Amino acid sequence: MTDQPWNLRESYTYDRNVIAEIRRAANTGIYRIRGWGAKRELPTLDDLVFLGASMSRYPLEGYREACGTDVTIGADTSENPVQLDIPITIAGMSFGSLSANAKEALGRGASAVGTSTTTGDGGMTPEERGHSTKLVYQYLPSRYGMNPDDLRKADAIEVVVGQGAKPGGGGMLMGQKITERVAEMRTLPEGIDQRSACRHPDWTGPDDLEIKIIELREITGHRVPVYVKVGAARPYYDTALAVKAGADAVVVDGMQGGTAATQDVFIEHVGIPTIAAIPEAVRALQDLDVHRGSVKLIAAGGIRSGADVGKALALGADAVSIGTAALIAIGDNDPKYEADYNALGTSAGYWEDFQAGNDPAGITTQDPELSARLDPVIGGRRLANYLKVLSVEAQTIARACGKSHVHNLEPEDLAALTVEAAAMAKVPIAGTSWIPGQG
Amino acid sequence: MTATTLDLSTSTLREVNGTLHAATDGSFTITHPRGAHALAAGIDAPIDVEIDGPVGYYCAGMHKTGTVLVKGNASTGLAENIMSGTVRITGNAMMSAGATGCGGLLVIEGNAGARCGISMKGVDIVVGGNVGHMSAFMGQAGNLVVLGDAAEDLGDSLYEVDIFVRGSVASLGSDCVEKEMRPEHVDTLTRLLAAAEMDADPADFTRYGSARELYNFHVDDIDAELAAGGAS
Ligand SMILES: Cc1cc2nc3c(=O)[nH]c(=O)nc-3n(C[C@H](O)[C@H](O)[C@H](O)COP(=O)(O)O)c2cc1C
Repeated sequence: MTDQPWNLRESYTYDRNVIAEIRRAANTGIYRIRGWGAKRELPTLDDLVFLGASMSRYPLEGYREACGTDVTIGADTSENPVQLDIPITIAGMSFGSLSANAKEALGRGASAVGTSTTTGDGGMTPEERGHSTKLVYQYLPSRYGMNPDDLRKADAIEVVVGQGAKPGGGGMLMGQKITERVAEMRTLPEGIDQRSACRHPDWTGPDDLEIKIIELREITGHRVPVYVKVGAARPYYDTALAVKAGADAVVVDGMQGGTAATQDVFIEHVGIPTIAAIPEAVRALQDLDVHRGSVKLIAAGGIRSGADVGKALALGADAVSIGTAALIAIGDNDPKYEADYNALGTSAGYWEDFQAGNDPAGITTQDPELSARLDPVIGGRRLANYLKVLSVEAQTIARACGKSHVHNLEPEDLAALTVEAAAMAKVPIAGTSWIPGQG
Repeated sequence: MTATTLDLSTSTLREVNGTLHAATDGSFTITHPRGAHALAAGIDAPIDVEIDGPVGYYCAGMHKTGTVLVKGNASTGLAENIMSGTVRITGNAMMSAGATGCGGLLVIEGNAGARCGISMKGVDIVVGGNVGHMSAFMGQAGNLVVLGDAAEDLGDSLYEVDIFVRGSVASLGSDCVEKEMRPEHVDTLTRLLAAAEMDADPADFTRYGSARELYNFHVDDIDAELAAGGAS
C-alpha cells in the first residue's frame, strides 16, 4: 500500500470530481451537458462469466464446426425482413451529432460485415443511405427531417421512445453544431441550442403506438419491420407494451448507453444498467411467448467486446447494438491527437465532449477541417475489423459452450461474480446454485 | 371524370390504401370509413380523395401532393407530417392535427383539439373554429391561423411559426409573445384565408410569435469576468 499523507486525504463524499462539479456549476449557472455515457462504476456484464463445456457438456471445434451468427427481424410481418449476418448492429447516431464522414465510415464498416446502421435525431442523409446496405430509419419525438420518401427508402423503422443515457429526456444538439446544413435538415434556425421534444407529438400511450405502427406500415406498404427503442427503466413493462403495440424488435438501451449530448445528471442517475435490463425484457418476451420467435430483442448500452455480445445473447437478447465502441473503432479518442486533446484541457482516453463540436478526431463535429481528419474508407475498414472480432469472439465462446448458433447460448451458461450481478442477471453466484431472490 | 368508389365496409384498409398508393391520378371516394385509422395515409400522387364519414387516427398522414377531403370528424393526428398538397375536413379534428407538418395546407372547418400544429415544420394550418391547449407547441416553421379562440399555452417554446388568432387567447406559452402585424403578415394571412376559402378580415387578427429567448442556453462565467477585471 502506498503511503497516503494525511494532509492529502481525499473525501469519499466530496472527491475531486464532486468538488470540480460544484465549482463549475457555481461559475456557470447551467447544468453540465456532455457526450459519452455513464462514467461511474456500475454493475456490468463483466460481473458474469461463462461456464465453458467440460465433462457434462461437449464443446464444438473452434474452426471446424459451424456456429451460426445470423439474425432475421420481421419475418412474420414484412415483405423484406432485415437479415443480419452478425448479431451486432450500429446504433442510431444522428448526422449533426456526427460528421458526414463518420456516418459514411459507419455505413461502410457495417455493410462490409453484413449488418445494419441506424439514422438518428436529424433525418437521413444521402451519404449514409448510399453507404449502408441495411439502414434503419429512426422515428423520433422531434421528427426532424422526417418525410415519407426517406421512410420508404429505409430497410427498417425504429420508433424511438427513449435512450439509455436519458430515459424520459429529449435530444440535444448545441449551437456550435447547428451549421447551415444541419439547421436546414431540421428546419431550425442556425446556431440555436436545440433541445428536442421528449414525447412524441401525436401519440402518448401503447394503444396509440399500436395505431402509429399500423400507420407506418401502411405508408411503407408493410415491406419493412418496425422496431421500438426504449431506455432501460422499466424494461419488463416497456417490452411487453412494445410487443402489444406490434413491434418486430424491441431495442433496450441500458443506462451506460452513449449519447451525443445530455445533461450529466441524466447520464449518471437515470435508468438501470444493461445487465439488469436484459433479463427483464426477456421475461416479458417469454411471458408473451415471442422470445426467440416473432419479436427480437436488441440490447444496447456499454457493449464493448465479444464477451459482452455473448453474455447479452446468453441472457436472451437476439442481437446487440453499439454506439460508443463503434466511434472508438473509427478513431474517437485516438492518442495521435494527444496535443489537441491537451489543448482542450483533457487527454486521449478521457475526452467526452461530443456536444462541443471541436472533436480532434473529426467524428462528433460539423467543422469541415476537423471532419476531414477522418478518412471514411479507413474508418470503415477499422469498424469492419472490430465488428469481425466481436462476432468471432462471441462465436468462439458459443462453441466453447457447445452451441451451434450464438442464439443457443442461455443463462444456464453463465455464473455471476457478485451478488448484485446474480440478482440482476438472475444467474447463480459462481460455485453455487444460489440466485438472490429466488429461494 | 367520375370518381372511383372504395367501400371500407367491403374492402380492407390495406386494399383501400394500396389502391390510393398505386394511383397516379384520378378521383376516389371512400365510403363507410367508420373511424378507420391511417386511412389515406401516405398518398404520394396528384389524386383527389373524398372520405364520406368520420375517420380515426392519422388520416392522410405524411400526405404529399394530392387532396383529401374528409366529410366528417377526425381523431388524433389528422394529416400528421403533411409534406404538400391539401387536406380539408368539414368537421372537428382531435389532438395533434397537422403535427410536424412540413408543407402543404391543412384546413379544419370546425374546431381542433389540443396541440394543433405541434412541432409544425412548414405546413400552413387554417382552423375555422377554436384550437385546444398547447397548439403550435415547439412549432418550427409555417403558419397557424385560428378564426375562433385559442386555449391555454398557445405557441409554447415556439421557433419560427407565425400564429394568427381572431378570437381570444386563454394564455400564451413560454416564450410566445404578441407581435406586430406588418404588411407582409397581412399578405400571408390574406393568401391563407383565400386558399382555405374562409371569409374573414385579416385586420381582425392578432399575430403571435417567438420571443426567441429560449434559443440558446444562458451561461454565466464569473471566472472569466473576474479574469477580465470586472464582475460585481
Ligand atoms: C454520438 C452519439 C449520438 C447518438 N444519437 C442518438 C440518436 O440520434 N438517437 C438515438 O436513439 N440514440 C442515439 N444515441 C444512443 C445510441 O443509439 C445507443 O443507444 C448508445 O450509444 C448505446 O450505448 P453505447 O454507446 O454504450 O454502445 C447516440 C449515441 C452517441 C454516442
